[in-house]
Amino acid sequence: MYSPKVMQNFSNPQNVGEIPDADGVGTVGNPVCGDLMTIYIKVKDDRLEDVKFKTFGCGAAIATSSMITQMAKGKTIEEALKITRNDVASELEGLPPQKMHCSNLAADALKAAIDDYRKRLPDRTGPAEKK
Amino acid sequence: MKRVYLDNSATSKVDDEVLDAMLPFFTGKYGNPSSLYALGRESREAIEVARQQVASAIGASPAEIIFTSGGTEADNIAIVGSALAGKKKGNHIITSSIEHPAVLETCRYLEKEGFKVTYLPVTPEGIVRVDELAAAITKETILITVMQVNNEIGSIQPIAEIGRIAKEKGIRFHTDAVQAMGKVRVNVNDLGVDLLSLSGHKIHGPKGVGALYLRKGTPVRSLVHGGGHERGIRSGTENVPGIAGMGKACEVMTRDFERNVAHMTRLRDRLMDGLLKIEHSRLNGPRGAQRSPNNVNVSYSFVEGESMVLLLDMAGIEVSTGSACSSTKLEPSHVLLSCGLPAEEAHGSLRMTNSKYSTEEEIDYVIETLPGIVARLREMSPLYRRPA
Repeated sequence: MYSPKVMQNFSNPQNVGEIPDADGVGTVGNPVCGDLMTIYIKVKDDRLEDVKFKTFGCGAAIATSSMITQMAKGKTIEEALKITRNDVASELEGLPPQKMHCSNLAADALKAAIDDYRKRLPDRTGPAEKK
Repeated sequence: MKRVYLDNSATSKVDDEVLDAMLPFFTGKYGNPSSLYALGRESREAIEVARQQVASAIGASPAEIIFTSGGTEADNIAIVGSALAGKKKGNHIITSSIEHPAVLETCRYLEKEGFKVTYLPVTPEGIVRVDELAAAITKETILITVMQVNNEIGSIQPIAEIGRIAKEKGIRFHTDAVQAMGKVRVNVNDLGVDLLSLSGHKIHGPKGVGALYLRKGTPVRSLVHGGGHERGIRSGTENVPGIAGMGKACEVMTRDFERNVAHMTRLRDRLMDGLLKIEHSRLNGPRGAQRSPNNVNVSYSFVEGESMVLLLDMAGIEVSTGSACSSTKLEPSHVLLSCGLPAEEAHGSLRMTNSKYSTEEEIDYVIETLPGIVARLREMSPLYRRPA
């Protein structure tokens, strides 16, 4: 059912864990649906210096989480935002059709983490943020 | 690598005695049972021997046994065939919310055709309440269908009590006994059923064969039309090797019943105790005598079932889960949800079903292996907080 690349990422997932002083955190999914994914990012000079994940879910959910952390690490924010669900699935040599929607959440979680990072940034166009 | 098969409610290994009973009918004795010459008569003889073996296993007479392609077809004939035969009398069917899809989907089909169906709720342990069933009966009720043993959580239903009510009210009563055979006593008279479905491959027989018990004087409409085989109720040239195997499987099952039930019960309780030692776990379904002797179903909080199944498979252990990921649907097990389990707990369920071939050593290997797998997935889970 799963490609060797999915099984490899599922059985030996990369970048599992939390980043305690993360610059952005994104959570998507719902345990009621069987998938919940949190992505942590550390940003330096507009680049994703570190990306980690924690995931509750099936083999595909864990494999896509592992894959996106590897794809996103080292990329600029703009480059990372361009990663789509399909890119993640292709990089994993495909996902079963029924998993394309429910468990392929990693790209969304990364976007949510980047959104969170941007929200935390002081607004550069407006007045300086008060501390 | 060690391989431990604990998914016997999905399917089971064909018994050597059963295989021996089947083999002659593939090459040497390949005749069509409807043919008049010797080769055909040998096949006919084999079918009638099997019919007797199946009938004996459930306390029926051979004329009351119809061979089918499996449990699903037997359920379809019993339910649709009864609905069509009884629609002048009424249009209401009572079933439970924890039936196998072969029953549930057949009832949903009949709803589309204008029948009304009551899906009874169950207790948290997955057992139909007889008083609720009695209260659901109306003047329009023409069929009650409730499974004898649930396939996911092994809960044993009060079939004999329901049978008494059905008889009193003159309502036809069907039970799917596919998971009951070889686990609990199945006797059509003790249970008071008019129709009963059986499957070959759950009792160490072959796949692709089943049977429907049809009490004498219980008319059903046929669904598969053709040459009039099986008293016109199920046309199509008989699956002779399969039928011979199913007959033998019933005979072996009945002969070794006491010994195998004692063995399976011992292994079930050993496995259950071991698996429930893992923290944040819960047993799904009842304990003790109300549970099938071969079924263990446990939920682990904070982890998802498919992931556990995949990691267990890597360790050579073959089991199933009630998680949505085990099916093409997006929802977890309807049985666990009907028992009131929250969806996230249902996603984290594992079903392990042993057989007469299971060993204590295999059970102990599972008990040793699973804690590491659950711990590993919990480390990865955003829902889990390790105790400080």
